[in-house]
Amino acid sequence: MADNSAAAVQVNAHGEAHNPALLHHFAEPQQQRDAASLGMWVFLATEVMFFGGLFCAYLVYRRWYFGDFAAASKTINMGYGATNTAVLICSSLTVVLAVWAAQTARRTLLIVSLVITMLLGVTFLGIKGIEYREKFVEHHVPGASFSFDKVPIPGHPGQYANPRHAQLFFSLYFVMTGLHALHMIIGLGIFLWLLTMAWKGRFTPEWHTPVEIGGLYWHFVDIVWIYLFPLLYLIDRHP
Amino acid sequence: MSEHSKSSPLPTYFAVFFALLVGTALTVYAATLDLGKYNAAVALTIASVKATLVALFFMHVKGASEKLTKLVVIAALFFLLLLLGLTMTDYATRLWS
Amino acid sequence: MSMPTPMPQPERENYLNKEYGVWSWLLTTDHKRIALLYLLSITFFFFIGGFFALLIRLELLTPAGDLVQADTYNKLFTMHGMVMVFFFLIPSIPAVLGNFLVPMMIGAKDLAFPRVNLLSWYLYIIGGVMMLHCMLTGGVDTGWTFYAPFATNFTNTKIVEAGLAIFVAGFSSILTGLNFVVTIHRMRAPGMTWSRLPLFIWAHYATSIIQLLGTPVIAVTIVLVAAERALHLGIFDPKLGGDPLLFQHLFWFYSHPAVYIMILPAMGVVTEIIACFSRKRIFGYSFVAFSSIAIAVFGFLVWAHHMFVAGMSVYAALVFSLLSYAVAVPSAIKVFNWTATLYKGSIHYDAPMLYAFGFLGLFTIGGLTGLFLAALGIDVHVTDTYFVVAHFHYIMVGGAVMGYLGGMHFWWPKISGRLYPEGWARLAALIVFIGFNLTFFPQFILGYMGMPRRYYDYSHMPEFQVLNVLSTAGATVLGVGYLLPMIYFLWSMRYGKPASDNPWNAAGLEWKTASPPPTFNFDEEPVVTWEAYNYEELDAPHSEEVPVGR
Ligand code: HEM
Ligand SMILES: [Cu+2]
Repeated sequence: MADNSAAAVQVNAHGEAHNPALLHHFAEPQQQRDAASLGMWVFLATEVMFFGGLFCAYLVYRRWYFGDFAAASKTINMGYGATNTAVLICSSLTVVLAVWAAQTARRTLLIVSLVITMLLGVTFLGIKGIEYREKFVEHHVPGASFSFDKVPIPGHPGQYANPRHAQLFFSLYFVMTGLHALHMIIGLGIFLWLLTMAWKGRFTPEWHTPVEIGGLYWHFVDIVWIYLFPLLYLIDRHP
Repeated sequence: MSEHSKSSPLPTYFAVFFALLVGTALTVYAATLDLGKYNAAVALTIASVKATLVALFFMHVKGASEKLTKLVVIAALFFLLLLLGLTMTDYATRLWS
Repeated sequence: MSMPTPMPQPERENYLNKEYGVWSWLLTTDHKRIALLYLLSITFFFFIGGFFALLIRLELLTPAGDLVQADTYNKLFTMHGMVMVFFFLIPSIPAVLGNFLVPMMIGAKDLAFPRVNLLSWYLYIIGGVMMLHCMLTGGVDTGWTFYAPFATNFTNTKIVEAGLAIFVAGFSSILTGLNFVVTIHRMRAPGMTWSRLPLFIWAHYATSIIQLLGTPVIAVTIVLVAAERALHLGIFDPKLGGDPLLFQHLFWFYSHPAVYIMILPAMGVVTEIIACFSRKRIFGYSFVAFSSIAIAVFGFLVWAHHMFVAGMSVYAALVFSLLSYAVAVPSAIKVFNWTATLYKGSIHYDAPMLYAFGFLGLFTIGGLTGLFLAALGIDVHVTDTYFVVAHFHYIMVGGAVMGYLGGMHFWWPKISGRLYPEGWARLAALIVFIGFNLTFFPQFILGYMGMPRRYYDYSHMPEFQVLNVLSTAGATVLGVGYLLPMIYFLWSMRYGKPASDNPWNAAGLEWKTASPPPTFNFDEEPVVTWEAYNYEELDAPHSEEVPVGR
């Protein structure tokens, strides 16, 4: 009985020669591709809600403590944030190039694009690390050593931010950027795997679904940052 | 998806890329202006335009052969707005009476 | 299929006898085997949760707090709630019956992502082991709702570990929902259009939407709670400018829709059973289908009805009260359509149908008392009393668990290839129904009289004792009612009569394959040319299936 079930796996419903990338429970490659892509989109919808909870908390406290949030936001380095935004945009470009390269069977371009994407990802995390370090040195990390004394509220001369409310800003800042960075790290893991697959020449114009859906994930993480940047770094910057 | 379109998509990709960079510069610049209560609106509008560009062109929502992808995107945004909006009904009116 | 189908030959290969050995189970990607893995694990947790319930009821037998200490009692109801909600009821029907049936009902060989399906079981197990570890090393005393700031800043029980357990189990739930959505969209057999889908599938589709869009919010809330406990960020701490009500908003944004994760699949089961045992097409098919989707969507609009007295805005409370009434409409549509289906049907009182009847009545009572609670004026009086406890047990136990048991009986011949003893099953259904009402109906009265929930000692109100004794007695009966099916299901696996492919003569693709089904469900890919619930056709004396030249 074992041998005839093995035979069933080998020949699919249409009796075509077995395609190694086609899993046995799909009727045809197109169905498998569509399933994978829909799966990723649905997963991204859950990610929207995951970050949504944080955006909700942010919205509530930003309304309540606008001045304190503005004061706190001014202490983080806008240059780092803007650079990182640009870095991620560049990486999104290299991701679409990678997908295009896979579609058009350009293996070298595929590998190069994946490598550059990963380098940009690492750059992003590096800059993030520098930024976190500065916050640590300035005692802006929430907790026992947090201090935020006599920081003026923008636009309200003579008024100082309430350190507790500023601490709420930094809490949200660290949780939101931290979870975003975690997603970046997971993305790097995915891309490392894509790279090894590309290296082995597994992707063809007919089958490169992993590149496509890995790319979707990366772009999504980019979109989250596109919102985090103005919300955290640019609350009330004008002089 | 692998609709083998005749023309190369690369010009679009690069155009979107530059638009995203310009958007970033624009949002940084806008943040330095005093627009009163419109600062937040401007920042969010720019961010949304950028996000839409990424979704439509880089994530291929525009060329997607199916409405289903669009439906998933719209559903996610709709439920996100529900979460934010209905929570705010409480916070916006809590201090009324 | 009017002729009795011949008995399956014993050597016929199916998903159960294809391979033996532990690894063939632990590494399986067959959705049917994974369903059985879930069945075993959730049954285990059901008994753990039941054990806590037993201790709670024993404590309340007497007004004085004599059996356990106050702290212990707090832990008992907390662990009872957490285990029953997150480790039994949420996975119950979707992960067991849904896993087994969704691919088969739509004519697919498996779920779209079989390995993700296995992963989701492992995540459930990891979460479950964390939960067990948490319980064995002290447990949690916050109530299953783990409200801030008590949970974040005061209690010194293991809230972070319990939270992480729920977080991990939540991912398991998300992955199941993701698999179902993709499978239902992508894997339907030729001819299986959306309007031919069994309503069980529609219910699971709606459930999956909630799992996908709600669960991530509680996940991130748990992250915030853990961060708050570790670092004292102040996000939910009023001392530091945070708002504890924000926790409640985020918690209930998931947890109200989550009650529909529990009840929608049961509604799907009941729909199948009612159609089969009244031999009729479901009345108003498309209304029942779309009411599932409507419940999934409207379910997200009402969460703050759990916060009416917590200090939220009264204006927002008005809005949420109104919206809570709206969510009752699609539920009512279902009840009316089931009733209309029964009307003039040729009703058979087999065990699954008895459970479905139980569901109908108990769910209706639970839903209607939900409307009482959604009315601001009444809620202020009975919130945090046994009235609320009775309300949600009528729905979660009287509704969801009844549906689960009904479904287990209905599909047991398909799952195991054996028939369970019908007489015992009817008896068990009766015992469950009686035991349930005896346990929980008194709680409505107790709550209405003012007995608060979560108290271990009511010695200042000894007149509550009679009703509490009734409740505890009922819980014992209910326990017997739950043990019986366990016993005769196990018994039937060895001694039960072999089941034919379609013992109920039911419509639906899952009945068109062998019992138990082969690994890829169908010997050849089915092509669907008929509408769902074509019972009139099946029962017609001159059905096309009768051999020519009769
Ligand atoms: C007809 C629709 C329903 C309405 C209008 C409704 C309304 C309510 C309201 C207003 C409360 C809050 C009572 C209070 O704490 O003061 C409540 C509590 C509850 N309901 Fe429902 N409900 C409905 C359906 C359901 C369903 C289908 C389930 C479960 C499957 C459910 C489970 C619960 C639970 C678990 C609680 C208590 C939560 C807690 O405080 O621990 N409800 N319901
Ligand atoms: Cu509710």
